[in-house]
Amino acid sequence: MAWVWFHRFGSPPHFYRLATRLTPWFAWPAALLCLAGLIGGLVLAPPDYQQGDGFRIIYVHAPAAWLSLMVYVVMATSAAVGLIWRMTVAYAVSASCAVIGASFTALALATGMLWGRPMWGTYWEWDPRLTSELLLLFLYLGYLGLRNSIDDVGRADRASAVLAIVGVVNVPIIHYSVIWWNSLHQAPSVMKFGRPTMPAAMLVPLLLMLAGFTAYFVALLLIRARGELLRRERNAHWTAEAAGATATG
Amino acid sequence: MLKFLAMGGYARYVWPCYVLTAAVVGLNIRWALRSLHSARAAARRRIAAVRAAS
Repeated sequence: MAWVWFHRFGSPPHFYRLATRLTPWFAWPAALLCLAGLIGGLVLAPPDYQQGDGFRIIYVHAPAAWLSLMVYVVMATSAAVGLIWRMTVAYAVSASCAVIGASFTALALATGMLWGRPMWGTYWEWDPRLTSELLLLFLYLGYLGLRNSIDDVGRADRASAVLAIVGVVNVPIIHYSVIWWNSLHQAPSVMKFGRPTMPAAMLVPLLLMLAGFTAYFVALLLIRARGELLRRERNAHWTAEAAGATATG
Repeated sequence: MLKFLAMGGYARYVWPCYVLTAAVVGLNIRWALRSLHSARAAARRRIAAVRAAS
């Protein structure tokens, strides 16, 4: 039974219609969650006892950093599914991730630098967490560059999939870097076992922002994947309907 | 309000972070819609060309 679901999900016209229908169901909750998170984080949460109001950077820095990692895992996983099952939908999803992931990795680095300056006294340090996150940005850029250098979409999909899968080894390195090595960067305060090390008034807005950014990413991915599917299904009949071409031309 | 904007002296670090985030969030929406629209336009052109040839 599970395979029936898998094959339906893998059918481009079915995925295209599903993606069209689902997009508002992620976009609107994303907007509401982020609005609530911003009010909670900027207005309602008390200042930190050490960092004062400077800690409020966390409400955009942590969601950006979370997306930088999650988007990469989605990109590498769908690339692997595409390679193994030769699934067009999976390749379309993988290719849709790169620009989103690269921009949020750059944002995580930039907001991290702006947070580091007042708290650590420096914008940049060749620290394990910062260096491995910079490497993630280069992986995204390498993936995009590789795709752009190959004209044939099918070949670009297969070549970039290998790069994405090899690069996934960097994801656990980034996540555990603050535990494995001495780092300027603080240890995780949400994604760890046991109780989070934050009071609820600070933690709840952060969770809202993390959920909001995740829903926002899904909405973006659904929009982009539809375009990528149209680029790959050049001769399929369903694309005429999906592209909005009328029956009479 | 001024106190809120001052962010306890961290305004010059906090607000640029939020402005950058708004820019990245907004640009990604724009890029995604543009990518879909260009793919749809290309598909329409292709279909029209096939129909004209047949």
